[in-house]
Amino acid sequence: MRAWAVHLAVLAALLAAGLLLPGYHTTNLARILVLATFAAGYNLAFGYTGLLSLGHAMFFAAGMYAAALPAWHWGWPAAPALLAGTAGGALMALATGALALRTAGVSFMIVTLMFAQAFALAILYFNGWTGGDEGFVIPSASRHLFGTSLAADTPRFLAAWSLFALGLLLSLALVRSRFGRVMVALRENEERARMLGINPFAAKLKVLVISGAWSGAAGAAYALLFGYAGGSFAGIQYSILPMLYVLLGGAGTTLGAVLGAGLMFYLTEFASSVTSAWLFLVGLVLVVLVLFAPKGILGWVRARLWRELP
Amino acid sequence: MGFGPFLLLALMEGLVTAAVLSLAAVGLSLVFGVMRVVNVAHGEFFMLGAVIAWFVAGLVPGPAWMAFLAALVLAPLVVGALAAAVDGLVLKRLNYDPEATIVATIGVMYMVQQAALSFYGPDARPVAAPFDWRFQLPWFGYSGYKLFVVAAAVAVLLAVWLGMTRTRAGLVMRATQVDRDVARAFGIDVERVYMGTFALGAGLAAMGAVLYVPISQAHYLMGHDPLLLSFIVVIIGGLGSLRGTLVAALVIGLSDGVISMFFSPTLAKILATLLVAMVLVFRPQGLFGAKA
Repeated sequence: MRAWAVHLAVLAALLAAGLLLPGYHTTNLARILVLATFAAGYNLAFGYTGLLSLGHAMFFAAGMYAAALPAWHWGWPAAPALLAGTAGGALMALATGALALRTAGVSFMIVTLMFAQAFALAILYFNGWTGGDEGFVIPSASRHLFGTSLAADTPRFLAAWSLFALGLLLSLALVRSRFGRVMVALRENEERARMLGINPFAAKLKVLVISGAWSGAAGAAYALLFGYAGGSFAGIQYSILPMLYVLLGGAGTTLGAVLGAGLMFYLTEFASSVTSAWLFLVGLVLVVLVLFAPKGILGWVRARLWRELP
Repeated sequence: MGFGPFLLLALMEGLVTAAVLSLAAVGLSLVFGVMRVVNVAHGEFFMLGAVIAWFVAGLVPGPAWMAFLAALVLAPLVVGALAAAVDGLVLKRLNYDPEATIVATIGVMYMVQQAALSFYGPDARPVAAPFDWRFQLPWFGYSGYKLFVVAAAVAVLLAVWLGMTRTRAGLVMRATQVDRDVARAFGIDVERVYMGTFALGAGLAAMGAVLYVPISQAHYLMGHDPLLLSFIVVIIGGLGSLRGTLVAALVIGLSDGVISMFFSPTLAKILATLLVAMVLVFRPQGLFGAKA
């Protein structure tokens, strides 16, 4: 019960921050929440199940294009586009996961990286359809949800917040469910889980599909909220970012994704105002985290302060 | 030109690609073989080699071949020293855990990339070839330097192979590869071997880049493609197998040349990346590796 209360309090605080802070931060928060949804999906695979994927950009981009291409070519409205994006991410995860999950550890990382790379190249190759590297702007007619335009600050923030809230509460319910325990069991000791009668392949595939659906929804929302889809979102950088957020916030904690995304976003914001070398910061944070704090901020909280943190 | 000469040109270009690939990949293969570390920053070591070649070309007066020779010595030393530092400061502290080192080398990749952007700038800059000689075939002229790159790649691979099989250092490295605990029990300083291997792998990448940069340009993002292609070559050839790496470099290089010439370079890369994924899924020991 305490866990639900904490999560609802965090959501309420985010809502208040988005509505009360000036417009600049409202836009930032909308971006952070969409990226945090992406990271939360990544966290289900990496943090809870131990599937270290280097290819989540392909799920994000699959969702983005599954939503943006129908909107661009056929003028789909936002709601079906968002659903198509979620389905796109899930399908992509199902297709690649069925193959990639035959491997584990380092091989799994490289296989996912290679699939993502092939997908990113395919977006460039079919540039007549996808707009290639330059991408395209989503027609504003498709950026309306329930009659309000998603291009304005407050509705955009509210849409991002709703998506994030839905994702957060669903993932809390998921990790506290029976299947959530299966996920952690697979992360901790796959052999033992198998002996307990769990089918590791089927369970991991299920997790990856859920994670892909999350990422796809985030990708679709990103395109619809910010009005642009492009090949760069399929690049390796967008596979690294959710990993960075999750590592910083705390892998295997439900709130770690949003904490990591928010901190990293404002850290890079701050760094770009001082120097143009913000990429250096990303690299440095990654190395420092791996070296000194592999459990992240909330992982430390869980170890020291509150053992029941979900 | 008819189809035949076109095919010949495609194969020659493919051979040059294969040479560059094997130069870039041999270091990655060595590091993975001995240390079981997948070095994502490998492409950045390659890029640094090319950037150093550009700086050296500006500093060394006289003919282009003098700067080229200076770069050929300096770049591997500088990059090797940097790699040794990365090993000591980061990888060693992670106890060479395979997954943690991948994440850490991703971080190193971003840092090196940013450093190159800050100190070298965003432009692609050419570096002069050490000699300027073209030979004329009945259908087209071809750069003699490109053939020199092929010969140099053969020489470097041969040297690495001889070093690994015929010298004491190679023996120590192979012993560490087979079983690091037993190697340590026999008095081998495993940590020094790891540091040396990591520096050697990075140095080989830098040397490959110095050879490669005259037929391309130095750019701070140029490490991306060699990294990807090295992965492809090393995995298809079988992780840690030198002979497999060479065969795979030839296969990928030649098919890349042909597909790029007759279809598109992007398609060639898509096919190669998918091939890698499939090889890892269905034949993890690599197409030419022995069954594990």
